Amino acid sequence: MTIGAVQTLPADWRDFFALTKPRVMSLVIFTGLCGLLAAPGSIHPVIGFAAILCIAIGAGGAAALNQWWEADIDAGMKRTAARPLPSGRLQRKDARDFGIALSVASVAIMGLAVHWLAAAILALSILYYAVIYTIWLKPRTPQNIVIGGGAGAFPPLIGWVAVTGEITLTPVLLFLIIFTWTPPHFWALALFVQSDYAKVGIPMMPVVRGERSTRRQILLYSLILVPVAVAPWWIGGTGWFYGIAAAALSALFVAFAVPVALRSSTPGDGMRPEKRLFGYSVFYLFVLFAALVADRTVSGLGGTV
Amino acid sequence: MTPDQQAEIRRRQKSRNLALGGVLVFLVILFYAITIARMG
Repeated sequence: MTIGAVQTLPADWRDFFALTKPRVMSLVIFTGLCGLLAAPGSIHPVIGFAAILCIAIGAGGAAALNQWWEADIDAGMKRTAARPLPSGRLQRKDARDFGIALSVASVAIMGLAVHWLAAAILALSILYYAVIYTIWLKPRTPQNIVIGGGAGAFPPLIGWVAVTGEITLTPVLLFLIIFTWTPPHFWALALFVQSDYAKVGIPMMPVVRGERSTRRQILLYSLILVPVAVAPWWIGGTGWFYGIAAAALSALFVAFAVPVALRSSTPGDGMRPEKRLFGYSVFYLFVLFAALVADRTVSGLGGTV
Repeated sequence: MTPDQQAEIRRRQKSRNLALGGVLVFLVILFYAITIARMG
């Protein structure tokens, strides 16, 4: 069967589902839910469910728009060549329309079911990822991961604001935690995964600025992460339980980042410190946000700041 | 177009219709639940 014949077949619904990047969505649901559960006040379970659903659908829409825009780039990289668009299982304009439909629906339902402040921030996060990051800055600067981290940082902020109805300091700090966490998390991965970003013209940090600079910046962001992660406790937005957990987890993060920053790799050395830092960074985010939720019960204090 | 291809098209159309139908039923239930919750 030729590629042309494949394209005339109606696309399988599973290909549309794959466009939403379900694995990324699970992390979005987790951090969004933590923001919602950690916020002071209460929300009707049905409305809370609708809020998380809208955050997930909005992320799915943004992911579909990202793949619509990057179909040519994805076709040139081994990791992404099998996605529905580069492999020809789906038409480009179908992916675009699907992405727009999911984005509009998620913002509309969020506005009607929860409130329009949460809907506005959701709309901003989708535009930020699909337009500012994907279309504008990702192909232009090696700081693209720093900027992309902003997109992943919205869910806990939206979850929190869905409950409180206002933007306060604590949810902004939750945003900053993920924002600061993303560069060391991703660059650790970029150091040990041989990627072909260079081939398709995306300026990734290790390729553009070299390994040494990337390693230094991993340590820099890890050091900034310590005060940022502890800040929700300093300002009184959380209790002691979260404060201690954040301090311990973040100190360990730096401990994992230091060996990565101080060494330089030789061919065939296995990249153990980088792999350890990457593995720990995933654990870190899950446990930190779980501690945030647990804090409300343990410390008996809902943040009010 | 061979009968095999035609059968494949029908199969995909059917599974897509079922998926879309499922989404619509889910949305009906969700909007009903949201309405009840917001009235309460």
